[in-house]
Amino acid sequence: MLTLHDFKEGIRIAITAIGANKLRSVLTTLGIVIGVVVVTLMATVIEGLGMALDKSISSLGTDTYYLSKWDWFGGEWWKARNRKDVTVEQAERLRERFQLAEAVVPVVSTWQRTMKYKNRSVKGNVNGTVPEYEITSGVVPEDGRFFNLYESNAGRPVCIIGHDVANNLFEREDPIGKTIKISGYSYRVIGVFEKEGDFLGTSMFSKDTQAFVPMENFLKIFGTNRSIDIHVKMREGVPKEDAKAEMIGVFRSIRGVPPGEENDFGVNTQDFLKQVFDGVVSTIGVVGFLITSLSLLVGGVGIMNIMFVSVKERTKEIGTRKALGAKRRSILFQFLIEAATICLMGGLLGLAISWPLSLIIDEVLPSSMPLWVVGLSMSISIAVGLISGIVPAYTAARMNPVDALRYE
Amino acid sequence: MALIHIKDVVKTYDMGAELVHALSGVSLDIEENEYVAIMGPSGSGKSTLMNVVGCLDTPTSGLYEFGGQNVGELDDNELAEIRNRKIGFVFQTFNLLPRSTALHNVELPLIYAGISASARREKAEEALVSVGLADRMTHKPNELSGGQRQRVAVARALVNNPSIILADEPTGNLDSKTGIEIMQLLVDLHQKGNTIILVTHEEDIAAHAHRVIRLFDGKVASDEVIENPITYAERT
Repeated sequence: MLTLHDFKEGIRIAITAIGANKLRSVLTTLGIVIGVVVVTLMATVIEGLGMALDKSISSLGTDTYYLSKWDWFGGEWWKARNRKDVTVEQAERLRERFQLAEAVVPVVSTWQRTMKYKNRSVKGNVNGTVPEYEITSGVVPEDGRFFNLYESNAGRPVCIIGHDVANNLFEREDPIGKTIKISGYSYRVIGVFEKEGDFLGTSMFSKDTQAFVPMENFLKIFGTNRSIDIHVKMREGVPKEDAKAEMIGVFRSIRGVPPGEENDFGVNTQDFLKQVFDGVVSTIGVVGFLITSLSLLVGGVGIMNIMFVSVKERTKEIGTRKALGAKRRSILFQFLIEAATICLMGGLLGLAISWPLSLIIDEVLPSSMPLWVVGLSMSISIAVGLISGIVPAYTAARMNPVDALRYE
Repeated sequence: MALIHIKDVVKTYDMGAELVHALSGVSLDIEENEYVAIMGPSGSGKSTLMNVVGCLDTPTSGLYEFGGQNVGELDDNELAEIRNRKIGFVFQTFNLLPRSTALHNVELPLIYAGISASARREKAEEALVSVGLADRMTHKPNELSGGQRQRVAVARALVNNPSIILADEPTGNLDSKTGIEIMQLLVDLHQKGNTIILVTHEEDIAAHAHRVIRLFDGKVASDEVIENPITYAERT
């Protein structure tokens, strides 16, 4: 097998040969460089998305269901359109009849309402809900507090605002205790939610741009003609699937769905985020994989070509080495190591390029280049070198020493 | 027993349409510590004979025994091993690795012999000192004169203590003065007990040998002993 001597001599020859043709070697590695840059950046983005997803899921809570007229993900919206609205009254009855829940919380929303303080204004969703919302959402106010049962039942004009809303409306002032206008109606700010951050580049799913007011107040101000969502958080220790089946059963009876018919409501979970995430990841993955394979293929062919040139150029050297006692495998390994070294150099060059780029990605999507990707891309580089070097190296190894020596 | 025993060796090359008989039945024996010159016009088969003797090529038919071993039965790796351990080559065009120092060039056969780095270095330095290049070890071939390059090549041929040194037109690319220096080196090596086979077409180079074998049309035309080979002994 490969002796240490062969290996050392191989490395030495490779470095000498590459050093003698610096520009040629660097140009040859272009395909490998692109491949490594794509692979590492792709992994960095996927890693960053995963981190964003984890954050979003943890903020939603993992054992909460969202009963709604609509299916969040998939489903057939044209059927859902004809469903009866989900009402506050249904939520109330679900709370009474479904005992496995820790909290059953109605949430009603209206989109893109103007919130004003002095001369500043922002637009965002306004939600009406009840105090247990704190339990189902898993988020707590960073400043102030959520509204209490008394304020909720009395429908007091108080609100808790998202982090971005607070930042945009109140520059230096403390928002707590101030009165803002939502669609022209006055509300006293009693709490500010902690920052949730964006998911997939949008704040659509985060509470940062929203405001929360008591349900009773919401219905009075914004009307009762909306279908609501019911957030159901299961008790701890209750088997998840059993609880879900029980919940669906109870809600079907509340909605008067005859046995054998489909649910006339959507049972949503935060899993839909996971589905969105998986969709995005697999798209990035497929595109990245295609670009990577293509550039590695092109790179590999380039390396093979340059190795054939290298073998041809050094025919006489190969003859001399054979005359001096180099065996076939010594010559084979010599050129394999040379090809692998060129590719490894390309890989390192690729890393040197993608490292600063990953720092730029980090600005947009908090992430870091995973270490295993560094290892993987280096291994891929070496593998490409070995694969594309094998035919030229074999050609060199099989050369007849007499012919090789005579070659000019 | 003879170090080299060649009997009825034939070497034919298949050049597509026709078969070229480079050697058509050569027989000769070479003993240890002989200094033999192989001569002949171009096309006479002397290069082919040299390749066969140097185990770079195997005969089409006939017997070639090197140190009692039938070379025809050896595979590629075994031939490489014989070249590595038993034969030292000196080429007309020097065939040094252009980007390596003299020292590394001389170390090369030792690398393929699997000798440790420190022993390698020691032996290579010794060989370079013996050819008078003690002060040129770290120079690369392009920093050396033609004569010095050929000395490096001789050191490389010596370094593994081979059974024979095969020199193929060693002075062909040198001027006459440096050519004489190289020949002097070979004479010294012969006097130290080495077996030397010299391939040349120049009479005055062949005159250093103790025996001259002349080839013609792939056959041995004559095989004679030189009475008074040039030894340089009287001049030093």
